[in-house]
Formats: sequence, C-alpha cells, structure tokens
Amino acid sequence: MDVEVTRLPGVGIKQEFTTATGRRLGVLTYRDGHRELLVSDVHDPDACSATVPMTEPECVALGTLLGAPNLVAQLRAEHAEVPGVGTTQLPITADSPYAGRTLGDTAMRTRTGASVVAVVRGGSVHASPRPDFRFEPGDLVVVVGTPDGLRHGAEILEQG
Amino acid sequence: MPHTAAALIELGALFFGLGVLGRLASRIGVSPVPLYLLGGLAFGTGGLLPLDGIASFADLASEVGVVLLLLLLGLEYTASDLVAGLRQSWLAGVVDMLLNALPGAAAALLLGWGPLGALAMAGVTWVSSSGIIAKVLGDLGRLGNRETPAVLSVLVMEDLAMALYLPITTAALAGLGLVAGLRTVGVAMALLAIVLVVALKYGRFVSLIVESPSSEVFLLRLLGVALLVAGLASELQVSAGVGAFLLGIAISGETAENATRVLAPLRDLFAAMFFVVFGFNTHPGAIPAVLPAALALAVVTTLTKIATGWFAARGVTSSPVGRLRAGAALVARGEFSIVIAGLALTSGELNPGLAPLATAYVLLMAVLGPVLARVVDPVARAVVTRRQARAGA
Repeated sequence: MDVEVTRLPGVGIKQEFTTATGRRLGVLTYRDGHRELLVSDVHDPDACSATVPMTEPECVALGTLLGAPNLVAQLRAEHAEVPGVGTTQLPITADSPYAGRTLGDTAMRTRTGASVVAVVRGGSVHASPRPDFRFEPGDLVVVVGTPDGLRHGAEILEQG
Repeated sequence: MPHTAAALIELGALFFGLGVLGRLASRIGVSPVPLYLLGGLAFGTGGLLPLDGIASFADLASEVGVVLLLLLLGLEYTASDLVAGLRQSWLAGVVDMLLNALPGAAAALLLGWGPLGALAMAGVTWVSSSGIIAKVLGDLGRLGNRETPAVLSVLVMEDLAMALYLPITTAALAGLGLVAGLRTVGVAMALLAIVLVVALKYGRFVSLIVESPSSEVFLLRLLGVALLVAGLASELQVSAGVGAFLLGIAISGETAENATRVLAPLRDLFAAMFFVVFGFNTHPGAIPAVLPAALALAVVTTLTKIATGWFAARGVTSSPVGRLRAGAALVARGEFSIVIAGLALTSGELNPGLAPLATAYVLLMAVLGPVLARVVDPVARAVVTRRQARAGA
C-alpha cells in the first residue's frame, strides 16, 4: 500500500492513502505537532468531508483500536500451520481483578496452558512480557493457546 | 494638556478602537486588515480626527510592523519547503506573475503614472494575501484537500518572488540608476542564495544566535537581530522587509516555532499600526475618484487569479470543482499589496492617486476573496452536477 506524503509549506505534512473503496484517508500533522484525521468526501474525492482534530491520547486510542487486530491477524497467520493452536486478544477492563496486578499473578500458563505473547498498550506493543509485567486498564493481552486454553484464559482475566 | 498625556490618550484610544474593529472583523468573519485600513482612513489626513501627537511613533511602529510581518512569514517556511516549492511550481509562479501583475501595470500606465507607477501597481495586484488565505483554508477545513498543496505552493512562489521584487522596487523608487539598481538586485539574489544554503546546511547555528532558555532574553535577542538585519538590508537598498524575511527563513526547527509563538502578538500589534498608518496617509476624499479603476482591477484580477489557481491545480486534480476551488482561494489580496503601496508612498515619487487606489483595491479584494472562496464550492458543484445531468439526458 502506498502512503502518499505531501508537504504543505507553512502548515505541516499530509500523509494519506486511498482505500480499496476509493476514499482517501489521511493524517495532517501541523508544524506544532497537533494532528488532524482527514476523510475524503464521497462525492468529491478532492475535498474532505471530515477533518477531525485529534489529541495525542486520542491518536493512540485510535491506533490501538485499528492496530491490535492487525497484530492478532499476523500471529494467527503464523500459527495457522500448527493445528489446534489459536490466537486471541483479551482486554483488561477497569473491573478486571488483574488491573494493576502482574502477569505472574494470573498464573496463566500454569492454569490454562496458554501463553501471553504480547500486550498492546497505548498503540505500542510490549512483546513477550515478563512475569513482573503490571497490567493496566485498557491493555489488550494477546494470548496464544488451544481453544480451551483461550476460553479459560478469558475467564481468568475477567473474573479471576 | 501636557504632550505625554495627550499622546498616551491618543495611542490608547487608537489601540482600543483597533481592538473593537478586530472584534467586529472576527464577528462578521472577515480579515481585520480592511477594517484597520478603514480605521486609519477615518482618523489621519482629511479624516475625522487627525492624530498629531503620535505621528513619529506611529511611523516607526509601522516600519517595525512590516519587518515583523515578513519575519514571521519567513519563519513559517523552512528552506527545504522553498527549494522543493521552487522545483515543483516555478511554472505556476511565472503564470501567476504574468496574469496578475500585468493588469496592475497596465492600469497604472493607462492612468498615466509612468513606469514606476506601473512597477508598484504590478506588485499590488500580483501578490495574494497568504495570511487571509491560510486562515480561510483552515476555517473551511480545506487543508486536507487535494488542490490545497497547489494553492500553498503558489503562495510560496509569490513570497520568494517578493525577495527579488521588493529590492527591485525599492531601488527603482529611490531613483537609483541602472547600474546601481542591478547591483541591488545582485545583492538581493546573492543574499537569497546564501540564506537558502546556510539555512539548509547550518540552520541550527543561526538558531543558536537567538536561542535562550529564558523567553525574555529570547524575545529581546530575536527582535534585536531582526531589526539589525532589517536596518542593514534597508541600508543596502534591499528593503528592510526582505532582510527580515530572509532571517526568518534561516531560523528553523524548534527555534522557529518558539519565535513564532513569542513574536505573533507583537506582529499583530505593530502590523495593525502599519495598516492604520497607511490609512492615515491616504486621503479619504481621493478614493471616489479612483473607485472605477479599483472596481475594474478587482474584476479583472479576480478572474486572472482564478485562472492561476485553475492552472496551478492542473497536476493534482482533474475535477473542475477542485480547480475552481483552488482559483477562488487565491483571490484575496491584503497585507502585501499594502506593504508594496506603502513602499511607493514613502518614496513620495509617485502619483498621489496610487495610495487611494491600492486602499480601495485591497478593501474590495480582502472582503471579496474569502466570500468567493466560500461560495465557489456549492456553486461549482451545482453547475457541474447540472452539466452532468444534461449530458446524461
């Protein structure tokens, strides 16, 4: 996929690409660093029907929403050759008993046989977290295991 | 009343009045520049209330206003922006100059103002207002549009061209001969080249001269260097504004951002003074006589700017709506036309009709430009849809 980078003199930099359905999607980064999400108009591809100013945390949140499934899809593709092994992503909600506790506390591997291979937090991926990794509400935990193990793991993260 | 008290009261009343006008401008959604000009016309020579006590301060303040206007313009661009713009859109820049400078020059010749008048009026009608246009594009959410880079690069080309046009005009108005004039132009071109190279390779050293962790020290150094450079440039007949513009280009990166933040309020203050003083020095009684010429120029140069935008956007979009949008966005004229007319005014060489004509022209274009930029979208879409419907039927 081609991301087109256009310099806007005196304003900033525009990065955009065209989706399979023909819409332009992009990000305008102003010189002072603040960003806008651009979505092109359906009827007039030159114009933008939405320009949404985004704060840093909002950019991170959007990145996580769109980026995490991507990581899971990639892992899924890697494990596709191993029969009986699946990948899923499990959220740490604010009322999860493990919000604020460590990966070691869940004893995930011992209890379910499934492994936590990554944690997506704030748009960035923490690969192979160690047992002392502390979960925060909003984390997405990427788990690899058998279907039974994954189901059991989800219950643990939800209810303890 | 003692002199100081009178001067303070006049200055206070002036600033407060400008504040009211600025508020009014943002209420009705137009640039404050035309209202400042009107404010200046209302006071000053032949106006309601000549302000004599602050004349010398106002004159110096307006000079500082021009320096700051151009310094901040230079700060907006990095040298690589300018070099990239030059490479990609020099042709659009040439078309822009030919289409828009010639009507002004022709009008001046028809009015019998001679070659100097033609040179000055060419600049007045040529240069779009980057201030008004950037604001309008932002307000209308068009910065992400496909035709917008084309619009911005025309503005970049105009600003770069100013670095040559202003020295040429300054030299010509100062009555320098051909050799001295060529020398000035040579100095300007050499300076421009040196600044671009220095800014590209050693930009951080230039920034180091003014950089300071204390914002107070930073402001004083920055303003000091800017006025020094502007003064030297003025001494070399390259025009103070061009010196400041080149300094702005040379300052880059984070320093440029901080400089913009620190200087923007000062620019607003002194530039407002500049527009008011220009209005002061224009006799309101002289405007009706030049109004027909101003109207004719407004019509012609609106069309030529639309043609410029249509041409400039040829590479980025094929849709007529986008190309018309690019054209209409460029129509606004403002601060630069007044800077150029102000240059002509201070030289005292030119026909007294030039300042009123420039004032009337900018009043028209600064209001017409944003309005046109706004209405072109729905109108062009409606026309195109109707035409497509007819073609389909």
